[in-house]
Amino acid sequence: MEPLIELKHIYKIYQMGGEEVRANDDISLTIFRGEFVAIVGKSGSGKSTLMNIIGALDVPTDGDYMLGGEDVSEMTDDQLAAIRNRMIGFVFQQYNLLPKLNLLENVELPLLYAGVPAGERKERALASLERVGLADKWRNLPNQLSGGQQQRVSIARALAGNPSLILADEPTGALDSRTSRDVLEFLKELNEEGNTIIIITHDNSIALKARRVVRIHDGKINFDGDVNEYAAILKAGSEKYTEQ
Amino acid sequence: MRSFLTMLGIIIGVASVIILVSIVNAYMSYMTESFASLGTNRISVNMVNLSTRSVSDDEMYEFYEEHTDVFDNLSPVVSVSTRVKHGSDTMSSTSVTGVSEEYLDIMGYDLAAGRNIQYSDLISRQKVCVIGYYVASELYGSAENALGQTLKVGGYAYQVVGVAQRQSEDAMEDGGTDDFVWLPYSCAVKLTRNAVINNYTFTIMDLSAASDASELISDFLLETFKDEDLFSVTAMSEMLDSLNSMIAMVSAGLGGIAGISLLVAGVGVMNIMLVSVTERTREIGIRKALGARKGVILQQFVIEAAVQSALGGIIGILIGSVATTAVGKMAGLDASPTPGAVLVSFSVSVAIGLFFGYAPARRAAGLNPIDALRSE
Repeated sequence: MEPLIELKHIYKIYQMGGEEVRANDDISLTIFRGEFVAIVGKSGSGKSTLMNIIGALDVPTDGDYMLGGEDVSEMTDDQLAAIRNRMIGFVFQQYNLLPKLNLLENVELPLLYAGVPAGERKERALASLERVGLADKWRNLPNQLSGGQQQRVSIARALAGNPSLILADEPTGALDSRTSRDVLEFLKELNEEGNTIIIITHDNSIALKARRVVRIHDGKINFDGDVNEYAAILKAGSEKYTEQ
Repeated sequence: MRSFLTMLGIIIGVASVIILVSIVNAYMSYMTESFASLGTNRISVNMVNLSTRSVSDDEMYEFYEEHTDVFDNLSPVVSVSTRVKHGSDTMSSTSVTGVSEEYLDIMGYDLAAGRNIQYSDLISRQKVCVIGYYVASELYGSAENALGQTLKVGGYAYQVVGVAQRQSEDAMEDGGTDDFVWLPYSCAVKLTRNAVINNYTFTIMDLSAASDASELISDFLLETFKDEDLFSVTAMSEMLDSLNSMIAMVSAGLGGIAGISLLVAGVGVMNIMLVSVTERTREIGIRKALGARKGVILQQFVIEAAVQSALGGIIGILIGSVATTAVGKMAGLDASPTPGAVLVSFSVSVAIGLFFGYAPARRAAGLNPIDALRSE
């Protein structure tokens, strides 16, 4: 089976005040279609940098990134935009809906940039809103909705373009625990339908909802394995902590 | 609110261009019209009254006869400062002028009644006169009643032989175009107690030869006077030309000022677009993350700027048109917005929007999506 995401020796190096900062330091990672992966790490660990590279928002300083068989690491801005549009559906912590557009128009955006004709665009966007249970509110503006609903709209927007990958950056960061659970349940559902999902989070309890966990520390991967294995390590760690 | 402020600059710019250009235009055509009614084919000759050197009326007529291919009419113009009386009525502001039989043609008037001054009146110094319509109606009630009546000029009785047709369309008034008495110039000269005639009016055959004709007269007078300061030759068409060029200059100057205000408006548009780009950085980031290419973002901002300035331009045209008509009415001018001013100011405003919208749009399109997303 061909991997969806293939990162080989990825480096992302920033120069800060003459000092070299290695945000990603030799990261190699392979993710197959249909996986549900949590990338977990503390703030400053480099997980956001990794997300930017996986999301084709940024290119690595060094290393190769193959996304769906295409080499993303050397692409121009416009080529990256096209790849993002076609392959990736983003779900952001702050929802990032455009406040002046109604729900339908928001969900239509990726289709608009993909050049889908107006009629089909509306149809697909409505279907996507239907999928998250907000089709009847399509005329509303985002600020007329609760946080959980807004996040569902942003998931609908991510789904609209029928992408190969759904990339969720702290999707529950702005939500209370109950709506968080709903959103995670929904992502899990989407995964069960065959969607590849990556969640970026600092919260281990959220990481545990995924099926595979990748932990980033100081720009390197220091754990990559099954969620149950990760849970065991966490348990051992906390026991160790309590003993102390 | 912000977009309204952007538009306000354009609105004021466009409106002021239209108002200035249209009002100046209306004023120009008003001036030209009132000048044309004075007769653009006329050349006035004025000589200083000298006892040693002079050109007599016979010499002047001789000169005129030699150049009938250039000149159409000639009349001496002898202004007499005196009052016109009829019985107990006195006309205080009536102009009394000694003229030849050709003066009627020179002025382009027709007679309402009676006859013109004739050559025989001139040589025999007949005490006859042609009077303006106002004089006729004031003193005798009508043009027909005036014929054969007498009026007194400088103590001498003159018989009214002709009445000119009414010239002014509005109410006639003292000192207006219909308030005159024309005498044979030979009589008028005696009234002024001057030996020579100092003023003449020629008309020319060909308007475009006005300056050549003026030069011809100047050369002729220079032979006698030997000094150009002792006489003046003024062609009305030349005055009209210089008036026109003066107005054109003023108009260009005002247009320039209005243009500057448009330019300032453009800078305002750019400024607000820059602010707008900064404020909307996050939106740009979202759009880019969702797959908007540079060109699409660029297009969006340029179109926004263009629509905004076009809208401002249209409102400016409306305000400018209304204000032009209003100002025109106040100033008593027939002012309407000229299509040229409307077209130019509108296209300039849209061009400014496109031009000044482009720079911030480029900046917006070039933003890194990550930085853009991170901004609040």
